[in-house]
Amino acid sequence: MAVLRKELLVELRTLESVPGMALFAVTTFVVFHFALNRSSVDADLAAGILWVTLLFASMLGINRLFVADADQGGFDAFLLAPVDRTAMLAAKALALLIYVVALELVAVPAFALLLLEPSIGHALPGLLAVLALGDLGIVAIGTMVAALTVRTRARDLLGPLLALPLLVPVVIGGARASSPLLALGPPGGLSARWLLTLGLYDLLFGLIAYALFDFLVED
Amino acid sequence: MLAFCTLAAMAVALALVFFYAPLDAEQGFLQKIFYVHVPLAIVSLCGFVAGGVLAIAHLRSGDARWDARSYVAIHTSLIFGVATLITGSIWAKGSWGHWWVWDEPTLVSFLIVFLLYATYQPLRFAIEDAERQARYASVFAVTAGAFVPMNFIAVRLASAYVHPRVLGSTSNLPPSMALTFLVALLAVALLYATLCAYELAAKRARSQLRALRRAMELAPHSPDAAGDAVGARAREAGAGAAGSMASAGLTSTATISGRAG
Repeated sequence: MAVLRKELLVELRTLESVPGMALFAVTTFVVFHFALNRSSVDADLAAGILWVTLLFASMLGINRLFVADADQGGFDAFLLAPVDRTAMLAAKALALLIYVVALELVAVPAFALLLLEPSIGHALPGLLAVLALGDLGIVAIGTMVAALTVRTRARDLLGPLLALPLLVPVVIGGARASSPLLALGPPGGLSARWLLTLGLYDLLFGLIAYALFDFLVED
Repeated sequence: MLAFCTLAAMAVALALVFFYAPLDAEQGFLQKIFYVHVPLAIVSLCGFVAGGVLAIAHLRSGDARWDARSYVAIHTSLIFGVATLITGSIWAKGSWGHWWVWDEPTLVSFLIVFLLYATYQPLRFAIEDAERQARYASVFAVTAGAFVPMNFIAVRLASAYVHPRVLGSTSNLPPSMALTFLVALLAVALLYATLCAYELAAKRARSQLRALRRAMELAPHSPDAAGDAVGARAREAGAGAAGSMASAGLTSTATISGRAG
């Protein structure tokens, strides 16, 4: 908890990640508008744009997640403290989750305003469920990849290279589950199959991150 | 021994492919690539997962030899993966008319897995410290090894219809084709094992060579007592290196000179 408070305090003081992520997402929507030459999207296209944008914006936060600790000795200080290493994983993952949720608080309304053709009102409860599950996947994999790449030479490059293939199933699940929600006309129901896939994927990678994180903060 | 088994299995497999297995009714001669492509894909995926299992052994024991095995398994799988993608593209061009199709889940999953593993070596060699390099690479190998089956499930779910798996299982093949396929699979698996063994031997020989060279550089140019101790160590390391060279044969030496840079 103390570690989480420190994370959030650092972020509040420096405003390094979240504003950048949110701005990036909004800019990407504008880019999509011009690149696709369409003023509104729905269904498949809408779900795709939303998920790709969220993914790339989250990548910015993932890349920065451990940088301050690696550069300024936060790892060493943490190892000296008499606490479990899992506490660091939990704090970092929670911090990333908060960043991603904050990002979505800006990005999803902006998406609805700028690009989405059907009104987002009726789709909102389902979309929130899908987003929550997708976020958990992004957070589990993101924390893991961030810890894995932060002490390499080309970390800004390797982070996305590693995270993107690992996140492909999250994008598949998220986009397929939210595409009927964002369709024109009567909204389709939420498909239990995709939610289940997403949930299982989150669970598996949460466990993997939990099992392997200790090895990343030795020495 | 392993190399001879591999050679024999490859020869038998090729003979079966060209002289025994019947021509496919629809695809004709083109279908023969199936005996190369599918075993390559299966062996390369199994190699990726094996790399993950070996990495677990490394993380549990902290023994660097497990890491070397995991590295070699993944490295060889990557090479087989390139071969799989190339043979698959040729086959797809021949039978479907396109180099790449998106509605075949196996292809897409394989590409995603391949792209993920393509980052293994950049990640590994971007870490300077040898011990941390081994540890981080193992963490990656375990994560990616678990990702392989998950990814296949997810992509399979994503394809709207279930593609008839005509060539995916041996159950609906005529017996002569199934036999040829199994022999080809065995041959490719043996090839994989041989290549892994050679690369491991080469890696071992190279590290011994490096130790030897270091001992030589450290040795002062005087034949007194201090030099004797180093000399004894050098002789020991030299004997080890020579032994593994002999066991690995010519290929290993070729690999060393090729990879020395």
